[in-house]
Amino acid sequence: MIRISAPESAFEGEVIELKAMIQHPMETGYRRDSKGDIIPRDIIKSFRCTYDGNIVFEAEFFPGIAANPFLTFHARATHTGALTFSWTDQHGESWTEERMLTVS
Amino acid sequence: MPDDNRSPSTVRWTRRAVLASTGLVSIASILAPLASATPEDADQAIRDIFGDRPVNPGRVTVTLPPIAENGNSVSIGISVDSPMTDADHVKQIVILSPRNPIATIARFHLGPHAGRAEVSTRVRMAGTQTLRVIAEMSDGTLWSGTGSTYVTLAACIIG
Repeated sequence: MIRISAPESAFEGEVIELKAMIQHPMETGYRRDSKGDIIPRDIIKSFRCTYDGNIVFEAEFFPGIAANPFLTFHARATHTGALTFSWTDQHGESWTEERMLTVS
Repeated sequence: MPDDNRSPSTVRWTRRAVLASTGLVSIASILAPLASATPEDADQAIRDIFGDRPVNPGRVTVTLPPIAENGNSVSIGISVDSPMTDADHVKQIVILSPRNPIATIARFHLGPHAGRAEVSTRVRMAGTQTLRVIAEMSDGTLWSGTGSTYVTLAACIIG
């Protein structure tokens, strides 16, 4: 499950706040199960937000990031275009969401 | 005469004391494989990422709660004093821990399109500690800020 908070419209030059959350256990690889065996690491490694193809913000995650990684960051609205939010886990699997931003 | 003249250093192995000590041993054996980072590891992580450039204190504000009941999810807010223009902006932000199993918690890459150098996320904290946040500016200078949280229940110990 992915949750995005992004405005649908903004004025030219306005700095908008973006929030992105993905449901993921972010298993650290340090925990043990009830049998005492280590639960293997399973984390999202990277996040990227682009605005009309330009990279706005990128994050590189380590096991120190809490489960269901949540990010707040910003973007400067310059023209109408698509915001894409994408996550990639350590196995290379990725998830992407898109939002249109109308700039007036 | 009751035996209240025992020296305080004498340990009497009562049933209660023995049970308590086995509890301590089992907790220690759970924690033992968790090699944690040290402040030196955090310094080494800074050198690995940024080389030997000097780190100046200032321009980075770190917001953390004073007390966290659960170290598995602690909100952190980072704000860097920067105009975020093409000529002068924050390029990178790194969160470092002196106590977690891995010193580097997260790396963020920003640019002038971000408009404002403010980021927030949620981190794990393996105990009470002071997190360091380093920001790299477009001119190559490094700035740092710190924030501390008292963690009553650390990450990694519980589920």
